[in-house]
Amino acid sequence: MHEMGICDGILSAAIDAAERSGAKRINSIEVSIGELTEVIEDPLQFAFDVLRRGTIASDATLDVTFLPARSVCVDCGKEFDHGRFDAKCPSCGSLVARLIQGRELRIDAIDID
Amino acid sequence: MRVDIAKGILEKNDTLAEENRALFAANDVFVVDLMASPGAGKTSTILATIAALRNRYSIGVIEGDIASRVDAEKIASHGVPAVQINTGGACHLESDMIRRAVDTLDLAALDLLIIENVGNLVCPTDFDLGEHAKVMILSVPEGHDKPRKYPGIFQVAEAVILNKYDTMGVFDFDEDEFREDVRRLNLHAPVFPISARTGDGVEAWAEWLVSRIEDEKGKRA
Repeated sequence: MHEMGICDGILSAAIDAAERSGAKRINSIEVSIGELTEVIEDPLQFAFDVLRRGTIASDATLDVTFLPARSVCVDCGKEFDHGRFDAKCPSCGSLVARLIQGRELRIDAIDID
Repeated sequence: MRVDIAKGILEKNDTLAEENRALFAANDVFVVDLMASPGAGKTSTILATIAALRNRYSIGVIEGDIASRVDAEKIASHGVPAVQINTGGACHLESDMIRRAVDTLDLAALDLLIIENVGNLVCPTDFDLGEHAKVMILSVPEGHDKPRKYPGIFQVAEAVILNKYDTMGVFDFDEDEFREDVRRLNLHAPVFPISARTGDGVEAWAEWLVSRIEDEKGKRA
């Protein structure tokens, strides 16, 4: 359940930003999570449901976008999406690729009143 | 009203991790974060590593566990400074815990700091502690299929130790399949078969660690 710690990071960043904007409530929080991280949505939503209570985000939704793993082939420059096990260039077959997306843990935006 | 934030969720952890890294660099200490499941032999691997390198480096250890001081006492009984972190239930170490532990060590006197993370193949993966290298240990009795089941940890590790290699004969561990799966996840990670109990294979792992330590020193010089 490291999602608790992740969620704590989301909420404190969101509340911090909201308060600096003089907000009374947070309606939604948008986050992007790379598919190569160890975060899964159900426990994250569960943690969010628990941790938002008693804060200005108590009625907020947590909108999660998962970002697929994406690499650039070091040999031919092709950019391609892949799973955990198949970071193989679909164009030249090289196994040497540089990861450019997939390990994000990012809070993108909040909607506030 | 929509407000853009575009910030790392773990920014607090990552900022502190960078501070840790700067502190380690200032004291010329190389830090390795050892990750593995409970019972894979993290503490015995640390002891075997200490035995191999103690004549060359001054070594300290941070032990992460949910509870107890068992591991730190085991390490300290070998005359090596050891700090125990009890996470009180948390499934991984975070950079602020490392900072508090480091503050109780004489960092200037150390060359190598080994962090034993909480026994877990999932949660430690996403948390930067300020270390120079994450290394994971799998033990033979856990089975060769673990890279398929817990791919994330094999992907963030710079090297993989295959411990309890001396028990290979009594388990159905397919080493070829294991190595192939590790390679598919992490093309450049070397695999070191060792037995922390007998000391077999420890030399090759220790040599790799020495080369990483010296590389890092070279970067600072």
